Amino acid sequence: MENSLFYFFSVAMLSCALLTITCKNPVSSVIFLVLAFFSMAGLFVLLNAFFLAAVQVLVYAGAIMVLFLFVIMLLNLPAEEKRHRGWFGGAASIFVMVALMLELSFVAHHEKLASSPASPGIDGTTEDVGMVLFSRYMLPFEVASLLLLAAMIGVIILSRKEKK
Amino acid sequence: MNDLIHLIAITPWAIALVKIGVVLVIMLGLVAYTVLAERRIAALIQDRRGPNRVGPFGLLQPVADGVKFLFKENVMPAHVNKIYYVLAPTITLIPALLTFAVIPFGSTLGGVPMVIADLNVGVLWIFSIASLGVYGIVLAGWSSNSKYPFLGGIRSSAQMISYELSMGMSVIGVFMLVGSLNMTRVVGYQHDCWLVFKQPVGFLIFLVAAFAETNRLPFDLPESEQELVGGYHTEYGSMKFALFFLAEYANMITASALMVTLFFGGWQFPFIGFAPNHPMWNGVLHIGIFFAKLLCLMLVFIWVRWMFPRFRYDQLMNLGWKVFFPLGLANILLTALILTMQAPR
Repeated sequence: MENSLFYFFSVAMLSCALLTITCKNPVSSVIFLVLAFFSMAGLFVLLNAFFLAAVQVLVYAGAIMVLFLFVIMLLNLPAEEKRHRGWFGGAASIFVMVALMLELSFVAHHEKLASSPASPGIDGTTEDVGMVLFSRYMLPFEVASLLLLAAMIGVIILSRKEKK
Repeated sequence: MNDLIHLIAITPWAIALVKIGVVLVIMLGLVAYTVLAERRIAALIQDRRGPNRVGPFGLLQPVADGVKFLFKENVMPAHVNKIYYVLAPTITLIPALLTFAVIPFGSTLGGVPMVIADLNVGVLWIFSIASLGVYGIVLAGWSSNSKYPFLGGIRSSAQMISYELSMGMSVIGVFMLVGSLNMTRVVGYQHDCWLVFKQPVGFLIFLVAAFAETNRLPFDLPESEQELVGGYHTEYGSMKFALFFLAEYANMITASALMVTLFFGGWQFPFIGFAPNHPMWNGVLHIGIFFAKLLCLMLVFIWVRWMFPRFRYDQLMNLGWKVFFPLGLANILLTALILTMQAPR
């Protein structure tokens, strides 16, 4: 049961991700990305990480992608006619792909990530996530919040009306 | 009866299915009769009679309405984006129905807990699913491919994103007191004192945000008739139009149920609490109490609709971002301060 669900969500996520970048209509792309996030939340549930699953849907599907859709609607983007791919874009994407794969394999090698699903005793409750976030991963957490703050201040400065 | 209980005990799937079925039927029935109640109460407030011809006191009016919606000609304008146009009403309705899954609507009935899914992140589930409802409205506005629905969709998404924030802030105080996101624990915590007395500011913010999230007056900007014809559902007819209305009323029911659970002690009798001495009758009584509280809050929703004029859009945004959002943050800070001072050293 868990195995088949894992394959179901994985296949759904990968195909939705693929459709996100191949769809010509930007609104369809957004909807497929939302479905991809959903499948990812399903994978989190299989790992007993209910908190992460709920937050995944709440933040990405419920807030960020709604804003994306909002902007696409406001800009009224037409469906893409033809794609222009230069050699630079291709080379850059291959470079990023390779870098990402290297990083992931490095992390997997060093952290000795468990290859099996979560052990039955572990429950991804809010308390556990909070404890880990404020003890072991304190520094990355604070750095990420600083990044968000900087982005927020940037937005405020950009959208501020000039006063004379 | 014993056979039935035995069957239920060995098949948790069957029991979940039964609960889902019963809750769905009750929800849809409630929706149908809320529409009737709204029309009759509106008539009462405006000193008219309201629909009173179909059946005794007009009680069969929902049946007549339903039949009318189902048998109307299904017109689809030529200029719409067909896939999203058809999908949008369904996408609006499904989250509205799904959110009810984690709300405990009774204690236990024959040893079975009266909640469909007792998740340990109950309220996060509600917020995450409820935040998806806006997709249906945005897609309806966009796929209709005409001006008024588009404007309605834009307004709705901006409004829902803004008020979701205040709504989320308002319940954090509740969970700081309870120490859990689980809805059953929230109900258990209110054994002695309802949370509305401990978190009055949180309740106020939640109530106002609930009106904005369900697109009800005084915040029904997305479908304001005078400016936008019908807003996002202008181009819809027959059952597709009815689905939007079902969603609005289902959202109202869920919002009321959430308020009952978070602030008004859930299924507990006021100031007496649990005491389950007779399992069957107490279970029935608790469900009855829950739905009685639910109906009271639904009445508030209806009553407010016919008492207040609509806000202007900039007023709505100012209220959300400049009043309720800081108020929510202050409420969290205050709750934290009081909790720290009360904590044993």
